[in-house]
Amino acid sequence: MTGFLTLLYKELLRFWKVGFQTVFAPMVSTLLYLMIFSQVLEAHAEAFPGVAYTVFLIPGLVMMAVLQNAFANSSSSLIQSKITGNLVFVLLSPLSYREIFFAYVLASVIRGLAVGLGVYLVTVSFFDIAVASFPWVFLFAFIGSALLGAIGIIAGIWADKFDQLAAFQNFVILPLTFLSGVFYSLHSLPPFWQQLSHLNPFFYMIDGFRYGFFNASDISPYISLGIVAACFVAVSWVTLRMLKSGYKIRH
Amino acid sequence: MALAIEVKQLHKRFGALHALCGIDLEIEVGEFFALLGPNGAGKTTLINIIAGLTLATSGSVTVMGHDVVSHYRQARRTLGVVPQELVYDPFFTVRETLTIQSGYYGLKSNQAWIEEILHQLDLVSKADVNMRALSGGMKRRVLVAQSLVHKPPVIVLDEPTAGVDVELRQGLWRFIRQLNRDGHTVVLTTHYLDEAEALCNRVAMLKQGHIVALDSIRNLISSVSTCSLRLRLSPDILPSTLQPLISEREDGFYILTLNGYSQMEDVLVALRLAKTRILEMEILQPNLEEVFVTITGSSGIGRTAALAT
Repeated sequence: MTGFLTLLYKELLRFWKVGFQTVFAPMVSTLLYLMIFSQVLEAHAEAFPGVAYTVFLIPGLVMMAVLQNAFANSSSSLIQSKITGNLVFVLLSPLSYREIFFAYVLASVIRGLAVGLGVYLVTVSFFDIAVASFPWVFLFAFIGSALLGAIGIIAGIWADKFDQLAAFQNFVILPLTFLSGVFYSLHSLPPFWQQLSHLNPFFYMIDGFRYGFFNASDISPYISLGIVAACFVAVSWVTLRMLKSGYKIRH
Repeated sequence: MALAIEVKQLHKRFGALHALCGIDLEIEVGEFFALLGPNGAGKTTLINIIAGLTLATSGSVTVMGHDVVSHYRQARRTLGVVPQELVYDPFFTVRETLTIQSGYYGLKSNQAWIEEILHQLDLVSKADVNMRALSGGMKRRVLVAQSLVHKPPVIVLDEPTAGVDVELRQGLWRFIRQLNRDGHTVVLTTHYLDEAEALCNRVAMLKQGHIVALDSIRNLISSVSTCSLRLRLSPDILPSTLQPLISEREDGFYILTLNGYSQMEDVLVALRLAKTRILEMEILQPNLEEVFVTITGSSGIGRTAALAT
């Protein structure tokens, strides 16, 4: 257990030491999104009855920040360690591949939650937004960031260069988050795009997270939770297999 | 005697490259062992397989009796490795680096030993300095310190003195020799043959993935039958029959290479017949460097190695 806790501590210390970049910068950019979108789209139709667009937007933006930062944490930590070579210190140690997996995932979860909480705390001081159910909010934030942390491990191990990782982030993670209903309710889309959005796992994370705020969502939070959990299990299985085989890290 | 490291029929292929071609090696507990060989001989590949950083294509390796693949946790707890590259984590200070490394090995309260290694490696004044701010030599010391945090019985150093100044080299060797005296098994690779000769009791020479020599240094040196004779003569003329033996001339001295001590007699006879007086004579023993060149450079071995691949 000490080995796992140490790696977790190291991962937390790593992002905390550059907290301006890893926690405060994403908070600021999320708040900028909120200011701009709420200003421009104030007249937008209510997504849910009785929920103003700005208020509808907040949970989506918070969850987007949670997910993107969870992904960024494990992926950037791993690729930096790989490129600078200091991953060797973890690889030389008796840490098991499971301990490595859970330490990186949990560190990603904590970073994601820290950024999300920060954004939320700032927004509540400007907007009137209440949380209907903390357990749902926490559950989706936790499992969503764990999923993105695991995907980040895959990307960090797979990428040989920073630009490959940037490509993964810009061509996979970013479109999936932007097209997941962060800025709109799925019901406002044409049927074809609604159908397509149902294939996007990020949609279920955002929708379920939003349910925790408004007690209203595009689909049942139980279905969303099931789908997100299934994705997490599948991605974790792949990640654990990669770590066990030593793919790209033990030649 | 117990084996610190046992390598059996180890093969490693990287695509078409056969980097290790059936290595067998036994290193006993308490040995000070050197792996020598030209660049690309497979030294680092072998060390990486022992350390679990590289997976073998076939064959097995144990460290203190623990298989490095099936019982990797026990194997890695008994092994400390100093990597060849100067790697470090730029986020942390020296002390943080060492505390974190201890934790990876499951050690919670290791501060006393960490202070001890900091002291031994002369790192106390740098303990709270960020790794980025250290010179190359200091980073090298931290790498050595990191490999020792869990007090491993077996220590492997991959070219620990590459690019390190003389003072640090000597300090480092003093410390490592002390560790060896305290019972640690030490395995190193080096390009400095004088270091291997001064420190190690046994060496393995690698060439193109084969062990071409494996013996104590004394045996290796005596296995190379040539010796050299350094002569100052009066008159300063070497009889023509001895001219082909000259390997070097340095102000007033002739250095002759002999195929063995028995050839000395022929030299003395030739000198007496030529009525040449010997003013000074010295027999030069071959050193490890010459052994190394003879063994790794001889075409015969090169050919065998090529055939075996």
